[in-house]
Amino acid sequence: MNWKRALLTPAIAIPVIGLFAWGMTRDPKYIPSPLPGRQAPAFALEVFAPGEAPFQKAPGEVIRLDSLRGKVVVVNFWASWCLACRDEHQDLSRAAMRYANAPVQFVGISYMDTRPNSLEWIEQMGGQAYPSVDDPRSRTAIDYGLYGVPETFILDVTGRVAHKQTGPITHALLSRIIDSLLAARPATETK
Amino acid sequence: MGPLGRGSVLIGLAVTAIAMVLIPVAVRRGRKDWLAIGYAAVHTNLLLMTLAMVAMVIALVSHDFSVGYVAQVGSRATPLLYTVISLWGALEGSILLWGWVLAMYASAVIVINREREGNLVPYAAAVMMGVMLFFAILLAGPANPFHPVFPVPPDGPGPNPLLQNHWLMAVHPPLLYMGYVGMTVPFAFALGAMLAGEVAQDSWMLLVRRWMLVAWAFLGAAIIAGMWWSYEVLGWGGYWAWDPVENASLMPWLTATAYLHSAMVQERRGMLRLWNVNLVVGTFVLTILGTFLTRSGIISSVHAFTTGTIGYFFLTFIALVLVGTLMMVAGNSEQLRTTGRFDSPASRETVFLLNNLLLSAFTLIVLIGTLYPLIAEAVRGVKVSVGEPYFDRMSLPVLTLLLFLMGVGPALPWRRTPEGTLRSRLLVPAAGALAALLFALALGSRQPWALTAFACVGYALTATLREFAIGSAARRRAHGESWPVALGRLVGANPRRHGGYVSHIGVLLVATAIGASGGGRIERETTLQRGDTLRVGSHLVRLKGVFGRQEPQRYVIGATLEVLSRDGATIDTLAPRMNFYPSSDQPVPTPDVRSTLAGDLYANLQTFREDGTSATVKVISEPLVAWIWLGGGVVILGAMIGLFAPRKRAAEEAA
Repeated sequence: MNWKRALLTPAIAIPVIGLFAWGMTRDPKYIPSPLPGRQAPAFALEVFAPGEAPFQKAPGEVIRLDSLRGKVVVVNFWASWCLACRDEHQDLSRAAMRYANAPVQFVGISYMDTRPNSLEWIEQMGGQAYPSVDDPRSRTAIDYGLYGVPETFILDVTGRVAHKQTGPITHALLSRIIDSLLAARPATETK
Repeated sequence: MGPLGRGSVLIGLAVTAIAMVLIPVAVRRGRKDWLAIGYAAVHTNLLLMTLAMVAMVIALVSHDFSVGYVAQVGSRATPLLYTVISLWGALEGSILLWGWVLAMYASAVIVINREREGNLVPYAAAVMMGVMLFFAILLAGPANPFHPVFPVPPDGPGPNPLLQNHWLMAVHPPLLYMGYVGMTVPFAFALGAMLAGEVAQDSWMLLVRRWMLVAWAFLGAAIIAGMWWSYEVLGWGGYWAWDPVENASLMPWLTATAYLHSAMVQERRGMLRLWNVNLVVGTFVLTILGTFLTRSGIISSVHAFTTGTIGYFFLTFIALVLVGTLMMVAGNSEQLRTTGRFDSPASRETVFLLNNLLLSAFTLIVLIGTLYPLIAEAVRGVKVSVGEPYFDRMSLPVLTLLLFLMGVGPALPWRRTPEGTLRSRLLVPAAGALAALLFALALGSRQPWALTAFACVGYALTATLREFAIGSAARRRAHGESWPVALGRLVGANPRRHGGYVSHIGVLLVATAIGASGGGRIERETTLQRGDTLRVGSHLVRLKGVFGRQEPQRYVIGATLEVLSRDGATIDTLAPRMNFYPSSDQPVPTPDVRSTLAGDLYANLQTFREDGTSATVKVISEPLVAWIWLGGGVVILGAMIGLFAPRKRAAEEAA
């Protein structure tokens, strides 16, 4: 046994072990999005599901993100074929109703879906409080770097992405973020 | 069943620890009686692990939801087969299986080598018990499958839907564990030889070769079965995606392949001693590394199980193994000096050396590609993923060269080759290369690398078949035997060499099939109304209808596609399905495949109209896919031939 070699050689293992030890502190499934903190990509999309009073918009009317400046905007990507979307559906509609009198706008964007399927789904689920729009050829979904559905983006009054939620969102989380964004509004924005 | 299993695991842990300590002490003190007790402890551990396995299977089959693992993967609606095989459908069960297989190998090593004198086998057994101790600790703590659940749930979620969708799940994991865990035996012999001071002799290497061949064959079979499973289940019509877990199984197989070749150089020429030890221990480290990568959640992969603290246990174990073996190998490196030397570049040992360099390069390419996301995040703080383009581009030249060497190696004798022989032996197979090239051009292949690879396959195949032809012909002349007898006796006289050649033929078949199925793939995706037809290459399919039915554990929606002959008659029906399991929010695609030797027709259901009038289907025509699985079988057949002892000369002459 050559002890000098025996004691020196294991040093090669140190960087490997170090790399793995560091790697254990990371979550490989976490994909950072460049969007939070930046201006949300603009869209102008046609309403196909009108939503309910007081948010009702006529089918065919176009919702422009630019025109929603001054409001907190909740953009939710969903699909009728997505099971996790069922979980969050009630929470979203409830939150929309809760902020009915505040400058908050909810918009559903249908992802990779057909109008009849989407409308049937809304009916099955007992309605959707806010309007949903079509996203032809998924252009907006691509702009937002959608990874899957559901994903929810919460924009502050200046149109900056304040929060990105991958997977179903809850009423509690929505309320907390919307409350903090409303509280942080510049004084001029309040009526 | 919980307490029985838990008890077996805990007593097994104690027994393993006793064996690990007692055996080396017995050897040092020269106490035969203590050694016998140590060996008895190894066998007792096998008994206890078997008890734990039986307890788990009974708990699964009887739906005993008071056992944590059963509550996690069991369900009353799951069919019996899938209930039994859910044993390896999640982390704890797979570790239990690992421990059981390792216990079997440890006992087998002792029993098979009971006649052997010296300290090698006892030390090897002690090393195996050291590895066993690690898995026993996992089973006792972070991966306890017998964790009691209270209150007892009335039913469970059932296994992961992907794992209860195809019978190959009953085959692939056990093969994989037999291969993975089997790599522990050569490692234990290498370490044992160093501990026993026998590493300078080559005799331990001869012992290792057979164990390595067994593990290599199992691992190879497991890789092929895994490819087949992914082809039959995942619905994209492919079989290899360079997923970290696939890479994890490929790397030790590559280094084991390298070892099987370089071991011959050591045996014949006394060279590459240190290199071979490194291949043996490296192969083992790669199996543990692969398990760590895919079980700790450090790298995201389709196979990653949900994990707790187990990653840190694996990390500690890898650190111990790496440091320990590096110390041992470095400390003993002076005894692993080469005694022979290369006489001539045109010799078989040169080809083996090149083969080893290429296989090592391939392993490194795969390792870097697998770890690169981690390295990139550590060094540059960016998330990257390394995909097919990297692996394909990097590995194709290496693979092509390996295929070429397969044709050169058998043609060259050891030490040096006489000038004239060299030319004739290397030139004849060139005709085969030309034929393969023309065949590939006729198939429509135009990519330079693909054509080169085809030519190399043709070259190697001709060279290999020529070996069989020349050998049999010589026997026919000398002994007046018929062709089959001559061939059989030729193989029997040197099963190791000819088994190797058979494996080569298998590899060449797999290479051809992979090249052809990738290059000749035609894919169509379209929405069909009932009665519509779709042409895919030379195939014509027609949508007959969409069906739905409730099965005990799932809801199934499928499309019936008729495969039509030229004159419009139905020759086959395909029923690609989507299986909806209650435990999953995504349907599990279940493609249907019409497989023939010429090629497969692969159908997958993408979406459907609920009224059953139309369906969107993806239909793929892939030539020669079945030859991947068949070629895999030929590789294994070769390994089995290679395990036979050569027929004795005397017996042969008498016959």
